[in-house]
Amino acid sequence: MATLINRRPGRGVRIVLGMLPLLLLLLVYVVASDMRLSANAADKLLPSFGQMGQAVARFALEPSVRTGDIQLWADTAASLRRLGLAVGVSALAGLLIGMVMGGLPLAGATLSPLVAGLSLIPPLAVLPVLFIVFGLGEVAKVMLIVIGITPVIARDIAQRVREIPRELIVKAQTLGADTWQTFLRVILPLALPRLFAAVRLSLGAAWLFLIAAEAIAAESGLGYRIFLVRRYLAMDVILPYVAWITLLAALTDLVMARMSRRLFRWAELGQQG
Amino acid sequence: MSGMAFLALDKVWQRYGDQTVLEGVSLTLDEREFCVVVGASGAGKSTFLKLLLGTESPTRGRITMQGESISAGPDGRRGVVFQRYSVFPHLTVLDNVVLALDLRESRWLARTFGTARRRARDEARQMLSAVGLGASEDRYPAELSGGMQQRLAFAQALMAKPRLLLLDEPFGALDPGIRADMHQLVRRLWQELGLTIVMVTHDLKEGFALGTRLLVFDKVRQDPHAPEAYGARVTYDLPLNRNASASALAEVRATLENAKEMTDG
Repeated sequence: MATLINRRPGRGVRIVLGMLPLLLLLLVYVVASDMRLSANAADKLLPSFGQMGQAVARFALEPSVRTGDIQLWADTAASLRRLGLAVGVSALAGLLIGMVMGGLPLAGATLSPLVAGLSLIPPLAVLPVLFIVFGLGEVAKVMLIVIGITPVIARDIAQRVREIPRELIVKAQTLGADTWQTFLRVILPLALPRLFAAVRLSLGAAWLFLIAAEAIAAESGLGYRIFLVRRYLAMDVILPYVAWITLLAALTDLVMARMSRRLFRWAELGQQG
Repeated sequence: MSGMAFLALDKVWQRYGDQTVLEGVSLTLDEREFCVVVGASGAGKSTFLKLLLGTESPTRGRITMQGESISAGPDGRRGVVFQRYSVFPHLTVLDNVVLALDLRESRWLARTFGTARRRARDEARQMLSAVGLGASEDRYPAELSGGMQQRLAFAQALMAKPRLLLLDEPFGALDPGIRADMHQLVRRLWQELGLTIVMVTHDLKEGFALGTRLLVFDKVRQDPHAPEAYGARVTYDLPLNRNASASALAEVRATLENAKEMTDG
């Protein structure tokens, strides 16, 4: 019998062990919910799965009486549109700023302190400024996410570019490349896998900013909805919405990981560069 | 002074702050020479190569190639093969070799298309089979052995048709057996393509086997209280051919071993 520190789970055991705490939590919830509901059938704090199912059916299958839209889909579309636009803009801006900062020492000396300073500002503290400048429409919400995650992406890309072995940059020049060509054929392709990684890491923050902005001023969106129904203690709506947001975040992450692996097979091979 | 030497160094000094690395190096190099540079570590071999490459410019003195100064930075006139990081990990073997042509043909896109692309690929394939990599064109460098990666580095550098090929310990990371194959390859490429080569190595035997000329860098003056005060000079400049006197070579070997003991001690 091996000592505990040397015992490793096999594949099957690993899956079972991983599920165990989740199942336990679920069980605790079901029992607690049942106890509360049997004491008071009108209790709203811990709805049963049946109640949540009814709420989901109402939001995901029936058109809303007020707008005629199916609410869950309308909310999801509104949120994903904001998130996609903001993350797209941030990725592009972060990539360009980061490459210039990391690849051109003169630009790096100029931009690095500014970007470092900007990345220290808590984005939510600027939200009032954004609402004042851009109004309460879509732009302010998108801008909050952009301001929140662009400096992080830019600094990560700049770091990656600085890590490119000097030999490769010199080599490109000995093959006849000028600065522009070196950026296009060497620095950009070497930085792209890192961009995917940086965006994946930023998505958590992007969701946070999105929901915060929607909670404060919006007429649709997943964040708007959960903060709206909070007034009625509608836990039967809030909990499925939270689960849905988590699922969306997990799916986005999975898709980006897959894409990165497909697009940059060379980076998976490990080694240098 | 002969104004049109292929490559000329005129009283070149290189200093970093208080540290003098090279002092008063003057020499000329003819086309088609295969010049091997040896010296103890810290004797300025790599600095010498960086000066020829243009990644550093001399503190004092002038380096010219066919009369023109070459200290403005690396460019297509001088090719290089480093010990590591010589090829691009994100390009396939074929694309690594096509790159020089892409850069030359297309100023803004740095890519060729259509017939130009086909022609570039054909040319690159010829170069790949010349270095024995014909069967690996779709692989990435990370999928190649160390020796194959260096073959690729040579093919890639030669596509730009450099006037001068600089080799910075190109076989330093390879196994001895593979090293011998690479020596043959370089010797053959040098002869067939009429290259001019400057190679830095710490392996004196390798230098004797490959070069037509041997440069030894060493510090002539030593100040034990300020080891950085004096730089290295070219202490031996020998032609390497069948007539090279055995006694001169033995002397070089003794000097280098002596220098090594000093740095190790």
